[in-house]
Amino acid sequence: MKQYILRRLILSIPVLIGILIATFAIARLIPGDPCTAALGERATVEVCEAFNKRMGLDQPIYIQLGIYMRDVLTGNLGDSIRFSRPVFVIVVEKLPVTLELGIVALALAVLVGVPAGILSAIKRNSPIDIATMIGANVGVSMPVYWLGLMLAYLFAVLLKDTPFWLPPSGRLTAGLSATPFYEAWGLHINSNTFGYPVFEFISNLFIVNSIITLNFKILGDTLKHLILPATALSTIPMSIIARITRSSMLEVLGQDYIRTARAKGLLERLVITRHALRNALLPIITIIGLQVGTLFAGAVLTETIFSLSGVGRSLFDAITGRDFPVIQGFTVIIAMGYVGVNLLTDIAYAMVDPRIKLD
Amino acid sequence: MTTPAAETLPAISQAAPSNSLLRLTMRRLFRQRNAIIGATILAFLILVAIFAPALAPYDPTLSLLDIEPVTIRQEPCIHLFGCPEDQAQHIMGLDGNARDQFSRVIFGTRISLFIGFSTVGLAIIIGTLLGAVAGYAGGWLDNVIMRLMDVLLAFPSFLLAIAIITVLGRGLQNALYAIAIVNIPHFARLIRASVLSIKEQEFVAATRALGASPVWILMKRILPNALPPLIVQATLSIAGAILEAAALSFLGLGAQEPASEWGTMLGRERGQVFTAPYLVFYPGFAIMLTVLAFNLLGDGLRDAMDPRLSQVSKR
Repeated sequence: MKQYILRRLILSIPVLIGILIATFAIARLIPGDPCTAALGERATVEVCEAFNKRMGLDQPIYIQLGIYMRDVLTGNLGDSIRFSRPVFVIVVEKLPVTLELGIVALALAVLVGVPAGILSAIKRNSPIDIATMIGANVGVSMPVYWLGLMLAYLFAVLLKDTPFWLPPSGRLTAGLSATPFYEAWGLHINSNTFGYPVFEFISNLFIVNSIITLNFKILGDTLKHLILPATALSTIPMSIIARITRSSMLEVLGQDYIRTARAKGLLERLVITRHALRNALLPIITIIGLQVGTLFAGAVLTETIFSLSGVGRSLFDAITGRDFPVIQGFTVIIAMGYVGVNLLTDIAYAMVDPRIKLD
Repeated sequence: MTTPAAETLPAISQAAPSNSLLRLTMRRLFRQRNAIIGATILAFLILVAIFAPALAPYDPTLSLLDIEPVTIRQEPCIHLFGCPEDQAQHIMGLDGNARDQFSRVIFGTRISLFIGFSTVGLAIIIGTLLGAVAGYAGGWLDNVIMRLMDVLLAFPSFLLAIAIITVLGRGLQNALYAIAIVNIPHFARLIRASVLSIKEQEFVAATRALGASPVWILMKRILPNALPPLIVQATLSIAGAILEAAALSFLGLGAQEPASEWGTMLGRERGQVFTAPYLVFYPGFAIMLTVLAFNLLGDGLRDAMDPRLSQVSKR
């Protein structure tokens, strides 16, 4: 198992190098001069020359690539042109927003999609099955942003003054703020402390931060703000997961060993959980891994609708604002996340399917 | 005694498989509930698109401010549901420029269907070409083409489309190119796989021995055999393309004002969702209905063409 993981890790390296070259190329292909984007249309030639020199934009392209790869590997993602702040700091600020949203949405998709698919398969052609499959077909055809806007209208306007009211935007109610856990614990941490980004990152994960500081008011408020965006974002993955689970379960339930298990008098519950589900899991895990891409694309739209300042929205803003370092930095982080998720999917495979370990 | 039979036999056996496969597929397709629903909705949408000028009560780009006593974002007025008869009927209300929303939604059908068919058509042409060359030539050319396809697939497709538009510039045409490019790898892979599996089979070898050119073999022997999966992939890709094009327009990257594009309409009025929800609801519902039609039809086609493969793996 260890060897298998190690081999998969090594295989990821060429992919990462390819990603570095690709992100560098994309950022350079975007038309428009970064100098005028940063300093405005009226920047003089002299000012732009100085700017290009400072940013290393006057060097030959291959040297820029070399510098870029060295910097990324040493954890230096450069400075945002528009905000004059290190990209790394912006990532630490924005990534937790998207992670929280994405993880809650994925959890929702799996927790609803898998049981719905199983139920659908067991009760094939029943009203439950038909309703689930209609829901899944409609869900997979839904524009995320439309669903988000309609949910916001339903819960923030139509259900106003009822207990079901939900906030249509932001992460926290205005006036509330989450105290970082290190402050709540009386630790003296500032931007010069070693490991500061890690502390900052964790405290920006509001759910984690409020749990470890036992601040349940903030936890409740955070979750309340997450319900609508996470529901909108989870619809497509949930529908796809439910469909795959159903078809995978149906395939397994038709196998001889299921009949054998039933014939020997095994409880139906055990037949389903031990014999059928375990064997049906492989395609389900694959499809869950693939949903991370869907979730990320959806995050750009969901974050726009619900005024969440996460990675998706910031990357979109950076592209329209021609903020090269931010585009590169964010894309590299996202791509690395991708590679990481693929790795985890493969490892999960190996754990579910004993045959893979022997290879 | 043998000559007439021997001469007619091959002709029959050659014609029979494709003919009966088509008939079999059609018969299976019409037994699929999903496919029938999908095809019905699609037929309806195509009719709406064709007869849009006759169906739409107003010019979709015409502001009615100086023509009728109306206000911007006026609520829907339906005579059947008690709207006073002396008031002009606008069953989906008026948008921020006092244009008739119903007419715009109707004309939007044209743009969306056009987007779906043109992007996927372009992707099929380029993808087929690349896949066929890669599969037929093999060697380094195959490697170069397919690694390039791998790189395209390594990014989330929607983000890649956004990135391509940032390079090409905003607008519907560039959005079409971006979506077509994003879809190319699926078709290239599919055709390459078909070419690889078919090119070594005996009936192709026989054709080659008869002196047929690679292009002829490709057109007459390989492509017809690759058609079923191609049709399924194309139908599902159209659904995805319409959804992505609308999302791009929603973000302001695709179709621009005053085009009656559903995503653009939704994007422009999204700030008004709390005061004029009807301006957001109808375009979005139209997108969903269209995408749903293609998805249902695609699923039905897949099941009809391959009864073993029941709904596994959606792209």
